[in-house]
Amino acid sequence: MKRIALTLLLGVALPALADRLPLPTDTPASYAAECGSCHLAYPPALLAAGDWRRIMSSLDDHFGTDAAVDAQKRQEISTFLEHHAGNAGKLGSAGDPPRISATARFVRKHREVPTKLWHDPRVKSAANCEACHRGAADGNYSEHDITIRELKR
Amino acid sequence: MRAIPVLCLLLASVASHAETPQQIGQSYAAEAAARQAGFAPSAKRGETLFRQRFAHNDKMPACTSCHTDSPLNAGQHAVTGKAIRPLAVAANGERFADLAKVEKWFGRNCKEVVGRACTPGEKADFIAFMSEVR
Repeated sequence: MKRIALTLLLGVALPALADRLPLPTDTPASYAAECGSCHLAYPPALLAAGDWRRIMSSLDDHFGTDAAVDAQKRQEISTFLEHHAGNAGKLGSAGDPPRISATARFVRKHREVPTKLWHDPRVKSAANCEACHRGAADGNYSEHDITIRELKR
Repeated sequence: MRAIPVLCLLLASVASHAETPQQIGQSYAAEAAARQAGFAPSAKRGETLFRQRFAHNDKMPACTSCHTDSPLNAGQHAVTGKAIRPLAVAANGERFADLAKVEKWFGRNCKEVVGRACTPGEKADFIAFMSEVR
């Protein structure tokens, strides 16, 4: 009986945990300053270590923008991202150049979002997590806390 | 002997957070005056620079593409949609208060939007406008 209750509890708790992606406590200040000024400081678990390595080795042409940082910051941010990176097998391929929004996990989690909403001026881009996930900066990606009315459940 | 470089570093790091828009503007203006005798910063020229369409980058042809038509407003990154706090000192007291940060963003944004590095004179003008605009 106890085991059933525990299993049930886990079943309820695990999906909720999956929507919580707070930044690790050892996140360096340079990550928010360098990466987080143009887009959300993404949770490192959303890409695999190899993909973060590729991103960090081509910052001078980062999706068409020169986002280069000095060598010391690059080392600091790379170490942090790779240390907290996600499981490549579970995420699926992120493509080339690697994009969080191209991973199988991201696509599966967003399969109910109609194409036209991705281009909605309120959203602009799949890079803009906070357009829908109002608590994204605090690591809250719960589908119960979506700002766009059409997507609310 | 080892304490001296550490002390210098410490002083430099303290200094980098104790700057004002006036000080940063003055240091650019001094640099500009060394190249062009009699240079004086102009908020009007700064505004022209802010509004100019360079058409170098079709996603962000002008400063206003992300920072809106008024530097007093919050902006939005033209590609990622990320919110950007106002550029005007009157609306955001943290602007132009750290030379390293100011240099980083002039460096990135001039290259991306203007299509070249901005001159010290342009930077002095830009800061003059951002300091005065109400």
